[in-house]
Amino acid sequence: MLRFTVRRLIQMVLVLFAVSVITFLIFNVIPNSDPAVRMAGRQASESTIKAIREEWGFNESLPQQYVTTMKKVFTGDLESQFTQLNVGEEIRKGLPRTLSLAIGAALLWMFVAICLGLYSAVKAGKFADRFLTIVALVGISMPVFWIGALMNHYLGFKLGWFPNGGYVELTEDPVDWAYHLILPWTALAILFIGFYSRVLRSNVLDTINEDYVRTARAKGLGERQIMIRHVLRNSMIPIVTLWGLDFGAVVGGGAILTETVFDLQGVGQYAAEAIGQLDVPPVLATTMFLAFFVVTLNAVVDILYAYLDPRIRLQ
Amino acid sequence: MATEPVTEQTALQGPAAWEEEAEREQVHGLGPWRLGLRRLRRNKVALAFGLLFILLVAACLAAPLWADNVAKTGPNAQHLTDTIRVDGETKNVVGLDGVPIGPQYLKADGKFFLGADRTGRDIMVRLLYGGRNSLLIGVTAALITTLLSILLGVIAGYFRGWSDVGIRALLDIIWSFPVIILGVALGVALALGGVEIGPISISGNSLAIPILIIGFVYIPYMARPVRGQVLSLREKEFVEAARAQGAGPLRIMFTEVVPNLASTILVFFTLLIANAVLLEAALSFLGAGVRPPNPSWGTMIDEGVDRIATAPHLAIVPGVMLVLTVLSLNVFGDGVRDALDPRAKVRLEH
Repeated sequence: MLRFTVRRLIQMVLVLFAVSVITFLIFNVIPNSDPAVRMAGRQASESTIKAIREEWGFNESLPQQYVTTMKKVFTGDLESQFTQLNVGEEIRKGLPRTLSLAIGAALLWMFVAICLGLYSAVKAGKFADRFLTIVALVGISMPVFWIGALMNHYLGFKLGWFPNGGYVELTEDPVDWAYHLILPWTALAILFIGFYSRVLRSNVLDTINEDYVRTARAKGLGERQIMIRHVLRNSMIPIVTLWGLDFGAVVGGGAILTETVFDLQGVGQYAAEAIGQLDVPPVLATTMFLAFFVVTLNAVVDILYAYLDPRIRLQ
Repeated sequence: MATEPVTEQTALQGPAAWEEEAEREQVHGLGPWRLGLRRLRRNKVALAFGLLFILLVAACLAAPLWADNVAKTGPNAQHLTDTIRVDGETKNVVGLDGVPIGPQYLKADGKFFLGADRTGRDIMVRLLYGGRNSLLIGVTAALITTLLSILLGVIAGYFRGWSDVGIRALLDIIWSFPVIILGVALGVALALGGVEIGPISISGNSLAIPILIIGFVYIPYMARPVRGQVLSLREKEFVEAARAQGAGPLRIMFTEVVPNLASTILVFFTLLIANAVLLEAALSFLGAGVRPPNPSWGTMIDEGVDRIATAPHLAIVPGVMLVLTVLSLNVFGDGVRDALDPRAKVRLEH
């Protein structure tokens, strides 16, 4: 177990390094223009451009530039080129919002998916199953920002059942916090409900044929007990792993669209706005922050999984 | 978000499995493709959605017909100050308060069939031309992903050793970036000054940029499963037989291994188109995909969401088209998978 953990952590560090190099390349090397001119913005004087070039080391070799950039990112003294706000500070402000959205949505989609997936498996082949399958596919096929915008407009603005976007701190008013997040949670969860319920359905159908289920049935256990204690529990293993990975992916990317539509001002929306304005320092920082979050969470999930299932360690 | 569905290997199928088992015994002599086709033909839902997709593609391909003969305007032509006659009444295309006209259907001889946008452009015409762009991006990007994934997956799985380690590391790194973040970052970076690699130069607002990006970011999602399959295929007897006959690695890879991947490739290709169309919309929504005034369903939804309070049809119409397209591909792709590989999973005993 220790060997596996160490190996996985080393791998994680290597991937983090690669991610930082790629992020650096994407923003400083791939664009077909002088990075200093770009960062200085429009109508910048020659001296500003020169100062930026000096500060970021754009006239030095690429590895040197990389080191300078990473130093700036990790010491936390990056500032937005437009608003002069500290980037680390902005990320810290946005993080609770992004996590509120992601955690709530993850719980919601897991719960609903278990109910629907199990029901679908029990009714496999019947009308209810076919209907739920189509519904799940519709959920998978909808862009989250589109359904989010429609929900916000019709349920929030037109009917007034829910607040029209915005965010309230959890510490300020927990009820209002949840009230403001119901629509974003639902919008974000729809895709995953469709996906997870189908995976669970097929896992349950697989598990039903296992010998231990037949044994349970043979010894006279009730159908409900068999389904929950024996079938559901064992069908959940792959889904729980997936859950960890998808949670990372949502924080790292999926939340961007939902946050933007509902104006939650989380890290994702901050990244999206910075990218839209080509505000290089926050773009670098948020991209790396989000990618790092995903990589670290993946490593944690892998290690936990290996802890739970010893077969993994031997691979 | 839109990333996961590609990787899944779930079989969507019911208790029909037994029936098919029985059928398999009766139809000795039919090849797997014929059998697959036969099963697909029985899946009416999948066929209906496949037909829907073909209709949607045909409608988009026929965009100039509608534009020239019915709407009599182009996808980027603005009618900000024009008026149309509806039931003998004269109406502004864009009201004085800036609110565009809603869907007219056939009341104005097919003009503004689905209404106008804020600069008075005909939504129906833009929808069809936009669909061409969205579908072009989807299909070409899926093609790029598929070809590169096969190449990488087959090389890694067949040669193993260092090429496998290298390719897997590369895939892991791409995979560790959230798809949207990578897509948006690349979209912005490439659109800044276009691309100039040697003799190839692509301008910043070219459709080729979203195509390349979307084709690139999905590679790990397909290359990994392909590699896994190749790993097991290369140990099969027929590969050994080919090797014993003196076939080189290239010949084994392309005449023995790749044909056996065909059903996987076909299913992935369908689902990849669906995901690519969705990703195009997401990137365009964030301003890193198709550049205006080029229409695409993503840019149209983006414009519509901004004006959803005054003119909700601007967001609803392209969104519905997008959902129908992606849904038809998803349902059809599932049907194809069930038809080609009914043993993929699930066996029922009730």
